[in-house]
Amino acid sequence: MSSPPAPSDAADGLPLPLRPIAALGRTVLALLQGAGSLALFGLEGLSHLLRPPFYGRQFLAAFLEFAFYSLPVVALTAIFSGMVIALQSYTGFARFNAQSAIASIVVLSVVRELGPVLAGLMVAGRLGAAMAAELGTMRVTDQIDALTTLSTNPMKYLVAPRLFAGIVALPLLVAVADLLGVMGGFLVATVKLGFNAHAYASDTIGFVQTSDVVVGLAKAAVFGFLIALMGCYNGYRSKGGAQGVGSATTSAVVSASILVLAFDFILTEMFFSR
Amino acid sequence: MSGTVPKIRIRGLHKAFGSKKVLDGVDLDVMPETSMVVIGGSGSGKSVLLRCILGLIEPDSGSIEIDGVDVLALGERARDEMRQCIGMLFQNAALFDSLTVWENVAFGLLAKGRRPRHGAEPRLTRAQARVHAGKVLEQVGLAASVGDLSPSELSGGMQKRVGLARAIAARPEILFFDEPTTGLDPIMGAVIDGLIVDCVQNLGSTAIAITHDMASATRIGTQAAMLYRGRIVWRGAAAELLHSGNDMVDQFTHGRREGPISMELRK
Ligand SMILES: Nc1ncnc2c1ncn2[C@@H]1O[C@H](COP(=O)(O)OP(=O)(O)OP(=O)(O)O)[C@@H](O)[C@H]1O
Ligand SMILES: [Mg+2]
Repeated sequence: MSSPPAPSDAADGLPLPLRPIAALGRTVLALLQGAGSLALFGLEGLSHLLRPPFYGRQFLAAFLEFAFYSLPVVALTAIFSGMVIALQSYTGFARFNAQSAIASIVVLSVVRELGPVLAGLMVAGRLGAAMAAELGTMRVTDQIDALTTLSTNPMKYLVAPRLFAGIVALPLLVAVADLLGVMGGFLVATVKLGFNAHAYASDTIGFVQTSDVVVGLAKAAVFGFLIALMGCYNGYRSKGGAQGVGSATTSAVVSASILVLAFDFILTEMFFSR
Repeated sequence: MSGTVPKIRIRGLHKAFGSKKVLDGVDLDVMPETSMVVIGGSGSGKSVLLRCILGLIEPDSGSIEIDGVDVLALGERARDEMRQCIGMLFQNAALFDSLTVWENVAFGLLAKGRRPRHGAEPRLTRAQARVHAGKVLEQVGLAASVGDLSPSELSGGMQKRVGLARAIAARPEILFFDEPTTGLDPIMGAVIDGLIVDCVQNLGSTAIAITHDMASATRIGTQAAMLYRGRIVWRGAAAELLHSGNDMVDQFTHGRREGPISMELRK
């Protein structure tokens, strides 16, 4: 056939030794471009929170989805984690002075780390996927374009309320998770390990500081934003029918989970390591 | 007919996706209160053309004027206002499946971003919008009680009708129909065509309709144009479609395999 050759990659003209470098460069550029468009998307979504009109119904629906329907799974995760930490740290410590050690370990690890991170990961799996699937389906069936033609800005109507719901709802969820996690540890310590309930409780309260709780909740707000952002971003930009929606869903969950863990490190480094 | 200024005037419109040229210099005039039917093979860029006019896709070059105003040069806000005078029936209806049918029909009327123009339906309260949606549903031949169902409970033909109701609910000056009768039985197709003609006449709107169905094209259209390889290769009265004297149009309208148009099976 005399059809012209397919447009070739720029690297094809390069001498062989340079090709890996060109490939590396392309990958880095693509990464930077992805990060840039994600950041722009997030900023645009946030900017719509400051400018009317606001969509209260959309916010409430997203908030319920985040806070209320995720509550059971987050609660169970928190209780069991608190219980396991109490058990594990008991075996790891000398029986001497174990009570106050266990109380402090349980409350600090739950409030500072496990509450926000486990809730974040659980919600990333549940809601990152749900949001990406919903927005992705709306994209490939032209519903997002239809919004635009009906005088409704889809970033304002779909994305901004979800971002805000994530920022508000996850700290509430984590507050509940903190309480239940400490409670789980308390149950194991008093019922199974036979510690004095009153002393354990006062040790717990004595060890935890307001800043631990506040930073834990602030982490949660960041995680909530990231989860909603990844769900919306991947869904909003999905293309290619059902398969495209499927892969948008997967990458929403994966990227949200990774970002939760990465930002957990960054925020811990910022607030606790001093 | 009000003067000689076209309602929609398109000049030299280009759009490529990557290396694939979809629109390659489209020129098209649509006069006020007429219906333009656009025909053309699958993948010839008909939907892309409508999306460019709506501002859902940014064209690479060219101009699109509505009422003599170049919409591509407008700011985002003015463009939103311009969009409000256009109603669109999407190829697959694109109903919001998280809302009920009446909320779909009334969506544009309740939209907080809407600033009604002169002559258009004003902003309504929810209760008023619901009553209005019931009336519009009856106009397209659906009982007002259908309003309480969800779109997934409707057949394809009913969804098209709801999409039509949603497009006309705000009495737009311009209406776009993307394959309004594809996938419907011939009788339902004729019914929808009739509805479209009624709507366009009652509202005094200007319409662009895309269709593959020649019977439908002659019923809906006053004017017709054929899009091929990114350009308008023929335009004329819709009644002439079946005997236009243009080889390409003839091949298309009569569905012949032999002729100047060779289907690109793979490229
Ligand atoms: N967003 C997009 N990104 C990349 N390519 C696109 C996009 N939208 C359309 N295309 C390409 O543009 C071409 C024209 O598409 P379009 O939907 O306008 O066809 P059409 O004439 O409406 O066809 P049909 O009659 O089948 O609906 C197709 O080849 C399609 O692959
Ligand atoms: Mg199309």
